[in-house]
Amino acid sequence: MVLSHRLGEWAGNAPVLEEEVALANIALDLLGQARVLLSTAGDEDELAFLREERAFRNLQLVEQPNGDFAHTIVRQLYFSTYQHLLHTELAAGDGPFAPLAGKAVKEVSYHRDHAEQWTLRLGDGTDTSRARTQRAVDALWRYTGEMFQPVEGLDIDWPALETAWLERIARVLLRATLTVPEGPRVGAWAAGAGRQGLHTESFGRMLAEMQHLHRSHPGATW
Amino acid sequence: MATAAARGTVGGRTHDAPDGAGDGAGDPLVGSAGHERAFDAAVAADERIEPRDWMPDAYRATLVRQIAQHAHSEIIGMQPEANWITRAPSLRRKAILMAKVQDEAGHGLYLYSAAETLGTSREELLDKLHSGRQKYSSIFNYPTLTWADVGAIGWLVDGAAITNQVPLCRCSYGPYARAMVRICKEESFHQRQGYELLLALSRGTPEQHAMAQDAVDRWWWPSLMMFGPPDDESQHSAQSMAWKIKRHSNDELRQRFVDICVPQAESLGLTLPDPDLRWNEERGHHDFGPIDWAEFRDVLKGNGPCNEERLSRRRRSHEEGAWVREAAAAHAAKHANGETGATRT
Repeated sequence: MVLSHRLGEWAGNAPVLEEEVALANIALDLLGQARVLLSTAGDEDELAFLREERAFRNLQLVEQPNGDFAHTIVRQLYFSTYQHLLHTELAAGDGPFAPLAGKAVKEVSYHRDHAEQWTLRLGDGTDTSRARTQRAVDALWRYTGEMFQPVEGLDIDWPALETAWLERIARVLLRATLTVPEGPRVGAWAAGAGRQGLHTESFGRMLAEMQHLHRSHPGATW
Repeated sequence: MATAAARGTVGGRTHDAPDGAGDGAGDPLVGSAGHERAFDAAVAADERIEPRDWMPDAYRATLVRQIAQHAHSEIIGMQPEANWITRAPSLRRKAILMAKVQDEAGHGLYLYSAAETLGTSREELLDKLHSGRQKYSSIFNYPTLTWADVGAIGWLVDGAAITNQVPLCRCSYGPYARAMVRICKEESFHQRQGYELLLALSRGTPEQHAMAQDAVDRWWWPSLMMFGPPDDESQHSAQSMAWKIKRHSNDELRQRFVDICVPQAESLGLTLPDPDLRWNEERGHHDFGPIDWAEFRDVLKGNGPCNEERLSRRRRSHEEGAWVREAAAAHAAKHANGETGATRT
């Protein structure tokens, strides 16, 4: 839901019309997935619009501001690669999330393809685009460790997922003539992190904007 | 032109057709007079003019202007609605609004493609939009101030657009007519969603009802202006009707729209902000009050509430995206032979 919101901020601002369509498409898929998940847990609007920042459990990666197009694409690359691996594994199991994951994996494979193709174009494009993309790759790297912290109730081989993720990302970055960052992927800056309701500073403002109207009319239906 | 007969008469190719095959060299009928007669006959017979058919320069220019303006309106029209995506009050409404704005980008793409069949390019048209040499619909120079504006745009603005565009599905130029068929289907859907949004507000809390009424009060007159100037002041109308690009006059369409909206407003439980609005038994239509044409001209001239903002934002997105388009082009050039650069999955 949070990443969908961030992608929604691109509407009307994309570098080409085709990307208006593509980014909105991905945002809609993600919102659809979020609605199914939230509805499983309770009332989707109550959960989306009436929780405070500290009660949100999203990864810090997905709440990162859009930045430039490269920043958005790299965030998408990191997340959709992760989501694809996770959903593939969930879909293969017989847990409660298997049906949802089975549907999502098809959408996510499109998202991953989109992000990979753009990473290649931007990395192996012009000097400017390579520099911007490398900057995004480096800047977002620190938020990627959190994805592989075990989540209660999900029976997943997290280290194996992480290895597969690193391999796939490294392959794409190298083909895009980019360098795989050497910096740490977890650390004090993320202590506790999104899963524990500890978020980065921009997240509160994002929620303020997202929730304002709903909260101004308590009990109203829309 | 659609039929082989018409094609045979004309030779069926223009001077700028990509291949020049079928050029009417040696055909006695293919002087410009022959072309023109065949074109007029095809239009009179309600046949479709196709990209490779001969057409008068002025017909081509009119279509480029109109289709481009239509495409630009879709693109600029994303802004007032996108303004509310991040603030939509429920996840369902947010999904609907995102899908709608995405559809608008898609409509822009169809329409630029239709314009390109006339020998222009998307880049050229965007350049004209950005430099103010081509216009977009005046309606998008009004701000969306509350959530209810999203509903008012769906109901009134899309409603007016549909009233204008349904007859264009029978427009004499084939690619435009076919684009309109696809677009009108999606627009009707958006219009129903807008109506439904307003209905939810109108039946909601007193604050929500007031929000809906306020939005309708602000969007009603600008929507009526979408049909263009009155018939006696519309400079392109007569020629466009003769060419069957237009099928009805501005005032006819405006009247049709008012007649459709009045009962809809009633079932919404909202009023239309026009004290002169009443049923005229004799005409079988609703009479309505005078439109503020000074305001219309002012907005068209660039002095509406959001003209400056809409165009600068559009320019900024384009400029800020330049490095991305350059990167894509550079990448494509590097990998033009064989290796596509796309990751196989």
